[in-house]
Amino acid sequence: MRAIVTIRFKEGVLDPEAVAIGRALRGLGFEEVRAVARRKVIELELDGEDREGACRRVQAMCEQLLANPVIESYAIEIPD
Amino acid sequence: MRAAVVTFPGSNCDRDLVVAMEACFGKPVVRVWHADHELPPVDLVGLPGGFSWGDYLRCGAIAARAPIMAAIRRHAERGGYLLGICNGFQILTEAGLLPGALVRNAGLRFVCRPLRLAVANRNSAFTSAYGEGPVTIPVAHHDGNYVIDREGLARLEGEGRIAFRYLDNPNGSVADIAGVLDARGRILGMMPHPERAVDPRLGSEDGKPLFASLLAAIGG
Repeated sequence: MRAIVTIRFKEGVLDPEAVAIGRALRGLGFEEVRAVARRKVIELELDGEDREGACRRVQAMCEQLLANPVIESYAIEIPD
Repeated sequence: MRAAVVTFPGSNCDRDLVVAMEACFGKPVVRVWHADHELPPVDLVGLPGGFSWGDYLRCGAIAARAPIMAAIRRHAERGGYLLGICNGFQILTEAGLLPGALVRNAGLRFVCRPLRLAVANRNSAFTSAYGEGPVTIPVAHHDGNYVIDREGLARLEGEGRIAFRYLDNPNGSVADIAGVLDARGRILGMMPHPERAVDPRLGSEDGKPLFASLLAAIGG
């Protein structure tokens, strides 16, 4: 089973790398770029077939390691 | 004063911290490996600077889950002293032992230079030996931009838990924060490197009062 974890900065946490990317894009002439947000995607290959159980386990992984709840939020997707 | 310094894979200031502590405390310092499960009986544990686990995932994230960290939590719960410098500070925030987080420098550059700091709280166990006026201690980091939510910042300010502030903020840290204390004043995390400022040949001795403060608080 595959689980996809998407991690992003919480609202209000300034991401200086995203700001720099936006500035560089506008410098290239893409003036329509108003804001840039970066996300981190972590793909997990998991043993077992229990989707609900897997979701709980991956949530625990996010809480314990994959995301820092002080600055990041996360979303879990388990595709069919 | 019984002190230990923990080495993680990728630590690179562990030996410097041991040398500085031994010079300032006049006693040998125990070295502990991250995979150990127990600490020796000590009053103070130092988490050194470096790039533990290559800064993978987030700076300090993997080290904060190392086997030794359970013993370090118990040490902190017992009221033991903890000093996290640079990567050590990042590890302490990742472990939830200090509030806030450290993210990429606002200017995106690795900053490596001596900086002037204000000692914002001169009553703590880590800072009591400092006089008035700024001190000069070097920084060397890419991810020292301290962030904390508004309520957390108000708590830090209200409780006098900001130990050091940058006079020339090099990384975008909120409220110029360079070092913070936990609620009991037993844990200090700071981005500047006091262990690199204990010898005039290194350009500054302004790190020495930090170790002298600890020696005074803990006793010989």
